[in-house]
Amino acid sequence: MQSFKAAATHTTPDMFCHSSFFLRGDDDFNPANAFHHDDSVDLSSSSIFSLKSSNVDVVGNSLHYDAFNTGIRAAEIVSSGTGCLDTGQFMYQKGTTLGNGHIENWGDSGLADNSQQTDTSTDVDTDDKNQLQHGAIITVDQSKLKTGDQKTLRRLAQNREAARKSRLRKKAYVQQLESSRLRLTQLEQDLQKARQQGIFIASGLSGGHGLSVSGNGEEVFDTVLGVCSWCLTSFFFFRSFLYKLSQMISSHGSMVLLPAALAFDMDYAHWLNEHQRLINDLRSGLNSHLGDSELRILVESVMAHYDEVFKLKSIGVKADAFHMLSGMWKTPAERCFMWLGGFRSSELLKILGNHLEPLTDQQLMGICNLQQSSQQAEDALSQGMEALQQALVDTLSSACLAPTASGNVADYMSQMAIAMSKLATLENFLHQADLLRHQTLQQMHRILTTRQAARALLVFSDYNSRLRALSSLWLARPRN
Amino acid sequence: MHCQTGSWGSYVPTTRTTVGDPLERIERLASENAVVIFSISSCCMCHAIKRLFCGMGVNPTVYELDQDPRGKDMEKALMRLLGSSPAVPVVFIGGKLVGTMDRVMASHINGTLVPLLKQAGALWL
Repeated sequence: MQSFKAAATHTTPDMFCHSSFFLRGDDDFNPANAFHHDDSVDLSSSSIFSLKSSNVDVVGNSLHYDAFNTGIRAAEIVSSGTGCLDTGQFMYQKGTTLGNGHIENWGDSGLADNSQQTDTSTDVDTDDKNQLQHGAIITVDQSKLKTGDQKTLRRLAQNREAARKSRLRKKAYVQQLESSRLRLTQLEQDLQKARQQGIFIASGLSGGHGLSVSGNGEEVFDTVLGVCSWCLTSFFFFRSFLYKLSQMISSHGSMVLLPAALAFDMDYAHWLNEHQRLINDLRSGLNSHLGDSELRILVESVMAHYDEVFKLKSIGVKADAFHMLSGMWKTPAERCFMWLGGFRSSELLKILGNHLEPLTDQQLMGICNLQQSSQQAEDALSQGMEALQQALVDTLSSACLAPTASGNVADYMSQMAIAMSKLATLENFLHQADLLRHQTLQQMHRILTTRQAARALLVFSDYNSRLRALSSLWLARPRN
Repeated sequence: MHCQTGSWGSYVPTTRTTVGDPLERIERLASENAVVIFSISSCCMCHAIKRLFCGMGVNPTVYELDQDPRGKDMEKALMRLLGSSPAVPVVFIGGKLVGTMDRVMASHINGTLVPLLKQAGALWL
């Protein structure tokens, strides 16, 4: 980031906007392309997405480098407005409108370098059709400078005011731009997958940035369904999108019938947001050395919230067991270590490790017993699942060697019926696994003191959120 | 610890008993051994519960209801007893009903299963 500021001060104004990209060593970046706009300026997202893909890639790669250099989580880049200085410059290169065709007071020493930049964004939202062509050729209207100081001062103040406003607008806009750019690259990847799977893509899908889907109920539903069928396979944008979507739907006031998988994903995203909030409260409570009674309230609220997710999961398992088993509602890294639709009950205590010390002898024994029993139960369920799979293999691979055609069909149907009943037990296994997880959590809570339990919940939650962050970083890693 | 399918504890073959109440039969069978499991040979959840006890070092007595001529009646009786389907697997320890898979797992996690087993004499330190 600092390199951009350095670039800003060292270069002449007309090279200001794209010098940063030269610094990055992107040799194929063509400034002419950046400023080339055939039609009138349209700052809606369609123009953004109509850019040549090379431009998009340039920013994409550089932004991700920044993510690594500055240690910002890729997910945070989407959600926060910080770190957008470079993309702000990128925005200008798409042909930002300039009001009135000239920048006034450009040479005025009273303006800082930054305000030079923001001055160009003063009329971003106006309908003026003036455009920036082939390099930031900025004309200074000499005649106006020669009028009185008063006018100059007034204009300066107006400029500052406008600059301030436009800076805020720019921030919000760039934020939306970033999120939709990332979504675009993700959706492009998912498009292939979706086409293979034959998912219907709603035609009402606008190329809009952000989530302002308006229109009548049917349009909304189609758009939602179309977007969501893609987004189900793209987690990066996933959580915040689904959270906003659930808000949007609830504010819409009408009942929207959604596929069970989508409904669970939305509820889970909502749950996760709420969980983060409760965990943050707990963390600040622990750090501010609250008394045991107040801390206990915070711990109880987190535990009660965990009860909620297990209720959600039991509904989800009954509605769509394979979706729960697939773990598509989790991030890739979480999915990798998943067991029967969730975390391993034996893993909970392994994660906690030494964080629980000091423990009394009784507590230590309790923890050891819990570790052992959760491991045994987990192994039992795993072996049951193996038996299930073996039974399914036996059923589906049995050869029907009846000579007559009708015999074949009858055998086939009977085998299928057996296989169906085997699959039905899958729901039961998922249900038992969730019960196991829930009970392990509750037993851990019973053994520990309030303070220990608070620490344990924080450690466990941090582990999971870091795993999610790892997924984000992994997906955003620069590829050759 | 060897735990092979088909040689679970002692399988008691049915003798020429009179037409008795299936529930009575269940209770009689349950009280004959420390740990008794009623199961169905093709049921995978039953397999899981057998594995659980085996992993703890317990040698349960297993009655496969699909291999028993009066298994159907017993299954129905168990369903009435438990108030839900499926009827199997169901575990009796020391002649007393513990329950089906979720109850057994819950009691194992909260630490009440092992003392119960020790009390019934199915588990030694």
